[in-house]
Amino acid sequence: MLVGAALGVITSRNPVYSAIFLILAFFTSAVLWLLMEAEFLAIVLVLVYVGAVMVLFLFVVMMLDINVEQLREGFTRYAPLGVLIALIIVVEITQVIWLKKLGLSMVAAPVPHPAEYSNTKELGSVLYTDYVYAFELAAVILLVAIVAAIVLTMRKRPGLKYQDINKQVQVRREDRVRLVKMEAEKKE
Amino acid sequence: MIGLPHYLTLAALLFSIAVAGIFLNRKNVILLLMCIELMLLAVNFNFIAFSRYLNDVSGQVFVFFILTVAAAEAAIGLAILVVLFRSRRTINVEDLDTMKG
Repeated sequence: MLVGAALGVITSRNPVYSAIFLILAFFTSAVLWLLMEAEFLAIVLVLVYVGAVMVLFLFVVMMLDINVEQLREGFTRYAPLGVLIALIIVVEITQVIWLKKLGLSMVAAPVPHPAEYSNTKELGSVLYTDYVYAFELAAVILLVAIVAAIVLTMRKRPGLKYQDINKQVQVRREDRVRLVKMEAEKKE
Repeated sequence: MIGLPHYLTLAALLFSIAVAGIFLNRKNVILLLMCIELMLLAVNFNFIAFSRYLNDVSGQVFVFFILTVAAAEAAIGLAILVVLFRSRRTINVEDLDTMKG
């Protein structure tokens, strides 16, 4: 199912469909992570990726109206090369993994954790002690990403009305009030 | 019984699909970004499988950081894409040759 979803991502005609296939891929892999008893990361994958990143992707895909046909031009031309390279990678990695000498298949199946075991608690106790600097660095990276994304996409609109506090404070009486001297009008 | 090699093979398949996707969709920047996300997912798969089978939580901590950086990367990449589309009206890789690289 995961492989099918991933294939859907790369072969869909419409970028919207590939984004939705990518959501499916993330969901299936979250379920597989649950099977591997990484519950916290599975939930984070669904929340952060499906909830935030994929919405961002879909938003951008739909905001930019792109000419799909023109973008698909080189599809068949490069397809054999891409598939060939992917096949080579698959064969090489699987050969390494299934090599008898490496003994990966002999790794004992881990004992399932007891019912009161909390993956989140375990992860947190390591994250906030051994990896606290890396954790803070990650926070800084996220902050930089927010600032960069906002700065990149912000544009100055002409004719925007806004207050300039500095000018307001510096204003002098002569700028605003004009005293006009007039002759008194005669009574008829 | 599903063992460690099965998970690693699945991750390898996922990674190579992403590589093939980069070759197939080499004109569409959005799809290139999605393929990069798929690659990172495959890498995370390896990390989690090993952390499970070697009984070490550090692997999961690393996956956490990879997720963080990937989210930041996707946000910045899409922001750049939006700005690019505004100025050039295209996201075709072959049209983006102003720098003559």
